[in-house]
Amino acid sequence: MKEEIVIAGFGGQGVLSMGKILAYAGLMDNLEVTWMPSYGPEQRGGTANVTVILSDSPISSPVLDSFDTAVVLNQQSLDKFESKVKPGGTLIYDPSGIHHLPTRTDITVVPVDATEAAIELKNSKTYNMILLGALLKCRPVVEIDAVLRGLKKTLPERHHHLLPLNEQALRKGMEMV
Amino acid sequence: MKGNEAIAHAAIRYGADGYFGYPITPQSEVLETLAELKPWETTGMVVLQAESEVAAINMVYGGAATGKAVMTSSSSPGVSLKQEGISYLAASELPALIVNVMRGGPGLGTIQPSQADYFQATKGGGHGDYHLIVLSPATVQEMTDFVALGFDLSFKYRTPAMILADGIVGQMMEKVVLPPQRPRRTEAEIREQCPWAVTGRGSRAHGNVVTSLELDSAKMEENNLRFQQTYRTIEENEVRFQEYFTDDAEYLIVAFGSVARICLKAIEEARAKGVKIGLLRPITLWPFPKAEVRRLAEQVKGILTVELNAGQMIEDVRLAAGEAAPVAHFGRMGGIVPNPGEVLEALKENFSVNI
Repeated sequence: MKEEIVIAGFGGQGVLSMGKILAYAGLMDNLEVTWMPSYGPEQRGGTANVTVILSDSPISSPVLDSFDTAVVLNQQSLDKFESKVKPGGTLIYDPSGIHHLPTRTDITVVPVDATEAAIELKNSKTYNMILLGALLKCRPVVEIDAVLRGLKKTLPERHHHLLPLNEQALRKGMEMV
Repeated sequence: MKGNEAIAHAAIRYGADGYFGYPITPQSEVLETLAELKPWETTGMVVLQAESEVAAINMVYGGAATGKAVMTSSSSPGVSLKQEGISYLAASELPALIVNVMRGGPGLGTIQPSQADYFQATKGGGHGDYHLIVLSPATVQEMTDFVALGFDLSFKYRTPAMILADGIVGQMMEKVVLPPQRPRRTEAEIREQCPWAVTGRGSRAHGNVVTSLELDSAKMEENNLRFQQTYRTIEENEVRFQEYFTDDAEYLIVAFGSVARICLKAIEEARAKGVKIGLLRPITLWPFPKAEVRRLAEQVKGILTVELNAGQMIEDVRLAAGEAAPVAHFGRMGGIVPNPGEVLEALKENFSVNI
């Protein structure tokens, strides 16, 4: 098993932390993982992206030119990464703010209106966890239980009361696909 | 964890006595992690944010003179500032660990990954005839392991060691196994292991003096001959490298650090199409694996070096390969990182192979 994933959006949308939670979930499932962020000034407001690789064998390059799965959260990221999904791969996008829809027919394209769903959950910070839920429904590369254990490890203890809300968001994302 | 965080954890667990640094992207997590872990409350390790890179390297110089295991870390522009101190450390035959998480230069440049400080790290950097032992990590695990290796080699040969990393391996997160916690050496142990150190006169007739100054040129030449003898011993004993798919290789890529992993992915793709390419990854950039390059040069039809610079390590590869095989270079600069597809294109262009 090897899954090469890119997550891209605006800085502040939770792109890097979503990738981090996914990587920790892989760790919990005893997979090899790499998490390679764009760490430039884009972290502070421009477009940010992160490459996460989960594999049951050692990982060579942390830098990739094509992906099994792309999660894109704004138009620039869609424009940049739609062509980089491998044939037969998966493209998940949030339709809010997207004017030019994806056009490829040789990949699975999944719209997930996580902006709307986060409003329903009354917490905009659940946004990335809804998308992670959707990603895991499309590509069940790690168990949801591993994600929750990963979350517990990455969240400081003072935020552990938010774990049930995060689980709710994950499950909502899964239902939306 | 991130490669930079791994450096901090590994330093504490090695039983290091002191870290002196000044923040700069993309390595600030080293200092930040040390500040979070507060080792001064557990092992007694000193962690100090100096007023500048120059101050930090001179604190390292002072700490090293007393036989302590001390280190600093920075990124390219900051490491340039440290060069005077590094030359003094080498001239005074002091052990120390310097970490450079390279970013794109020259000048302040960019904060993105680079390998353009290869010349600076392996050919001197500061003034005078000296070498650092230069280790090139490709994984977060190696970022961890090379802290102990760097300190150990540095104490063994009384020569400063450098971990020459890049922004990729500093910023990326991977699985890592941390070594067990070692106690810091006691004052008595330091006195025994480092009889040259400035630890107070004690029962000695004269106190030790650590200095790089020697106005008698005959004596200074003797010092230089001793340094060179040490460098030859290091070259004989400490060359480290890793080979991938070289057994049947018809072409060879030489690359170091995280770039070697990008090349490995390209090689996997080329091999899937029947093109036999191998990879040599120097782990010690100085001493450079000359004999291995020479041996492989006699086996293959061509060599490509892939570096995040305009072509620096290629000079060492060409010197080692001689006339045995043509050597070409592919590189990106200024913080741009090539992907495996670009490496394949470079192979096609230089060796007219069908991939």
